[in-house]
Amino acid sequence: MDTPENTGPDELPRRFGPIASLVRRELLLVGAVLVLLALIAIRFPAFVTPANLASVFNDTSILIIMALGQAAVIITRSIDLSVAANVALTGMTVALLNAHVPELPLLLLVALAFLQGLVLGAVNGFLVWKVGIPSIVVTLGTLTIYRGLAFVLSGGAWINSFQFSAGFLGVPRAEFLHLPLLSWLAVAVVAATTLVFDRTSIGRAWFAVGGNPTAAVYAGIDAGRTRFLAFCFSGLLSGLCGYLWVSRYAVAYVDVASGFELDVIAACVIGGVSIAGGIGSVGGTVLGALFLGIIKNALPVVNVSPFAQMAISGAIIIAAVTLNTRAERKGGRIILRPQVAAIPAE
Amino acid sequence: MAPLLQLRGISKFFPGVKALEGVELTLRPGRVTALIGENGAGKSTLVKILTGIYQPDAGEILIEGRKVHFDTPEAAQRARITAIHQETVLFDELSVAENIYLGHAPKNRFGLVNWAAIRARSMALLHSLDAPIKATMLLKNLSIAQRHLVAIARALSVDSNVVIMDEPTAALSHKEVEDLFRILARLKASGKAILFISHKFEELHRVADDYVVFRDGRTIGAGRMADATHGELVHMMVGREVDQVFPKAPATIGAAILSVKGYSHPTEFDNISFDLRKGEILGVYGLVGAGRSELCQSLFGMTHPSAGSVAIDGTFVSIRSAADAIKAGLVYVPEERGRHGAVLAMPIVENVTLGSLGAVSQRGFIRAAEEFKLARHYAQRFDLRASSLSQPVGTLSGGNQQKVVIGKWLATKPKVIFLDEPTKGIDIGSKSAVHAFMSELAGQGLAVLMISSELPEILGMADRVLVMKEGRMAGFFDREGLTAETLVQAATGNMGALR
Ligand SMILES: Nc1ncnc2c1ncn2[C@@H]1O[C@H](COP(=O)(O)OP(=O)(O)OP(=O)(O)O)[C@@H](O)[C@H]1O
Ligand SMILES: [Mg+2]
Repeated sequence: MDTPENTGPDELPRRFGPIASLVRRELLLVGAVLVLLALIAIRFPAFVTPANLASVFNDTSILIIMALGQAAVIITRSIDLSVAANVALTGMTVALLNAHVPELPLLLLVALAFLQGLVLGAVNGFLVWKVGIPSIVVTLGTLTIYRGLAFVLSGGAWINSFQFSAGFLGVPRAEFLHLPLLSWLAVAVVAATTLVFDRTSIGRAWFAVGGNPTAAVYAGIDAGRTRFLAFCFSGLLSGLCGYLWVSRYAVAYVDVASGFELDVIAACVIGGVSIAGGIGSVGGTVLGALFLGIIKNALPVVNVSPFAQMAISGAIIIAAVTLNTRAERKGGRIILRPQVAAIPAE
Repeated sequence: MAPLLQLRGISKFFPGVKALEGVELTLRPGRVTALIGENGAGKSTLVKILTGIYQPDAGEILIEGRKVHFDTPEAAQRARITAIHQETVLFDELSVAENIYLGHAPKNRFGLVNWAAIRARSMALLHSLDAPIKATMLLKNLSIAQRHLVAIARALSVDSNVVIMDEPTAALSHKEVEDLFRILARLKASGKAILFISHKFEELHRVADDYVVFRDGRTIGAGRMADATHGELVHMMVGREVDQVFPKAPATIGAAILSVKGYSHPTEFDNISFDLRKGEILGVYGLVGAGRSELCQSLFGMTHPSAGSVAIDGTFVSIRSAADAIKAGLVYVPEERGRHGAVLAMPIVENVTLGSLGAVSQRGFIRAAEEFKLARHYAQRFDLRASSLSQPVGTLSGGNQQKVVIGKWLATKPKVIFLDEPTKGIDIGSKSAVHAFMSELAGQGLAVLMISSELPEILGMADRVLVMKEGRMAGFFDREGLTAETLVQAATGNMGALR
């Protein structure tokens, strides 16, 4: 046989995710998205016009941004269920400020959204790190706490579109090279996250801690701190989405984005982020979010009742995940993974 | 004698790798067949095919002349084939008895698990292995060697005709190896066909009747062990002559870099003192369970001592975490690569640079070119067999994974390096590369502490030897005139020496 040689960088394909085989999986996802679009196009050609696709992308931007934050957390073998509650609370904060103190500059509000999101994420991370509670328990708790706080802040009242300043609502809609700013923001977050995942030590640490926490500790990586930073990252992006959400739908109330955390997690899982940790990529996550976004946008067009829509998207998620695990197995990964889907507190 | 099991033209391909290409193998009842080959030659892949974990891409398996297919591990088990795998897969949160009988638990007449029988039989099995383990202990509380004994007990708990052992002695010390060999003799006497994989030639010459040599996934030779000399076997396996193993070159030994005094731990070791000097290789010998790894783990900041002091270059240091240790210039290459060493889902490059990301980064960003350069350096140094540096470490052969782990630690450019069984599972050719490299490191003024259970390695490589017994220091010897008997005696005390 041709002896496997030591290969140098010159002969190696450039890759975007940290795991070469993921590239193959991403191609599979691209294929799935194209097939999906083709199926829709057969009955509704208007769906695949560039203008409509751009609007679907814009509609999916928030999901993409939040899924990237969630991916970081899941890669470290944790989970963040509080992201949607973070959106509701942060969204409520900036909405209230804008409604009551309209002269505050938008940039300040956005900075505040980032900051508050970060703090909320840090609270999760801190409890996981220092108190040692499993992340699923921590974020299940903070999920209700954050929504509760949103209620306390607003007293249960709604803030409606006429109460917002023009800039607050207008800026994310402002078009730039044919795309709204919201879409460009998603693109920027994708680029930044790619850099963080592939080219920084913290990104590398996320993969190491999720892939093998013990080995990471032996390599001098503080597993707790690494997870903490993943939660901060997820919180930061959720905070930004708090503002984006309220601005996009021009309304703020306690139940904003209710249940959206499940979409976010589904996007990650469809995109090949392993719940067992250590595996995932930016490209996959984005494709997962797009896949979900297309389904959500297409089903109403096809005139399916909202309940059937939920059932259908659920079924499609399961199908996508099955396909993914198949692909993973074919790749010949380690046969018996010791802990499947364990989310240890460590 | 009629063959019990025959393999004809077995091939197995992975993306980018031909792990096996038309190999032939025959096992006969009552005979031990040694399977010899370099790291990555395809030995473990063959074991996985024989146990139904992988399906071959070509070729046939015959049992007593009949063609069989193993679609699942259960099918192989039904065909009465059992194996001790190189990487033991056991369950941390289950008891020893549960681990042994998981999947084939004896049932009572109501079809429920018969716990009494499980406990009794596990105890009997462990007793026959002379293993000091209680059947009710939780697996996570056991040491590596003890886990390995459990894996052996698990393999023996099913009554089989074919017993496969993939590097069973790598994790064991002298005494357990002897126990294992006694069991091997018993299995042989009862007419079982045994396939035995090991990189230790002394063992192979002792236990094996026949041999088969693999190179790069092909069968290179087979025959009776008695007809082949050591040199012939090595030549078949590597395809060239191998320089003498254990070539510690003379190095000027300087001042003490690491000084440890009265170092104690509440449960693992007590009152350990030694100096580790520049340019020196200090061997640490002892039986498995003597507290050698625990000592190094504690010095590396993984556990906290109850008393004692540590000084590096004359200044006292307090090492509370692995990060502290690495900062102080001290690294530990752990023995258990799967659990402590490698992130299996990560590519080779990222594993190698995991401990030294600072060195390959610029302005906080990792530079791909630098990273690959560093990884390639160590890959070539240790003759790593991989299809590309982007291959996940989990898809490498056991010995090649070990090379990645060693490379990772050397890449951090330490002052003091602790090597825990550095050549465990590494083939003879690469072993001499690792030894040459250790000796070169010492020559450059590094201080090396090497834990090893292999006497020739200790005797050949160490300038001084610290012997530990049951967590205490049992002797300190200079290289000159040191013999294996002295070390074994010190490590076992009188009682052990009788064995
Ligand atoms: N799941 C897999 N995916 C891709 N390649 C694999 C996989 N499993 C094994 N290989 C490759 O097959 C070859 C043979 O590996 P194998 O584990 O059989 O070697 P081995 O002879 O047992 O070596 P060692 O002495 O190091 O244990 C190696 O090149 C390895 O990288
Ligand atoms: Mg092997």
